[in-house]
Amino acid sequence: MTLTVNGKPAAIDGKVELNVTELLSVLKVEQPDYVTVELNGEILERDNFPATVVRDGDAVEFLYFMGGGR
Amino acid sequence: MLRIPKKIHDDLIAHALEGIPLEVCGILGGREGTIEKAFRMTNTDASNEHFTMEPREQFAVVKELRAAGLEMSAVYHSHPETPARPSQEDIRLALTPGISHVIISVMDAERPVLKSFKISGGVVTQEEVEIV
Repeated sequence: MTLTVNGKPAAIDGKVELNVTELLSVLKVEQPDYVTVELNGEILERDNFPATVVRDGDAVEFLYFMGGGR
Repeated sequence: MLRIPKKIHDDLIAHALEGIPLEVCGILGGREGTIEKAFRMTNTDASNEHFTMEPREQFAVVKELRAAGLEMSAVYHSHPETPARPSQEDIRLALTPGISHVIISVMDAERPVLKSFKISGGVVTQEEVEIV
């Protein structure tokens, strides 16, 4: 299937669908616990990553947590 | 090296001063190390010791930058009470690859200090800032 990931086409070979947790793994996203994911314009709750299915044509955006301290 | 137009540099300093006693934060967009645009972001912590950006604002800024052909070159935040150097928390939470981390200390409001750092794998490297 082909997704749009952070604005660019991304071919995921051999998959018809997969969940968001799997997608982050396939994309080799480091430290996925600190990633916020938007699927087709909707920000996902982290607890829903395993149950949220991504399919051909979907648009996925992900960003790392941005924060810090004194 | 990070090149920052004087107008944007002055706005970053102004943002940090306006935010006292709280930390402020934002995103800097540009290309090839030269900043072209600054976005003031909400510090959802509203704290003098921490900052956290709001994800919806982050996504909106990243998409705006992409549409303009720019990249997210840096994030910035202020230190109202401490020097312009990354704290342990800043280092631990520097997760976005490749970007610069600009810190503005306004612990002496008469003499703000702006510095920029690359942080990767816990290693901090200060980089030169050129005001253009």
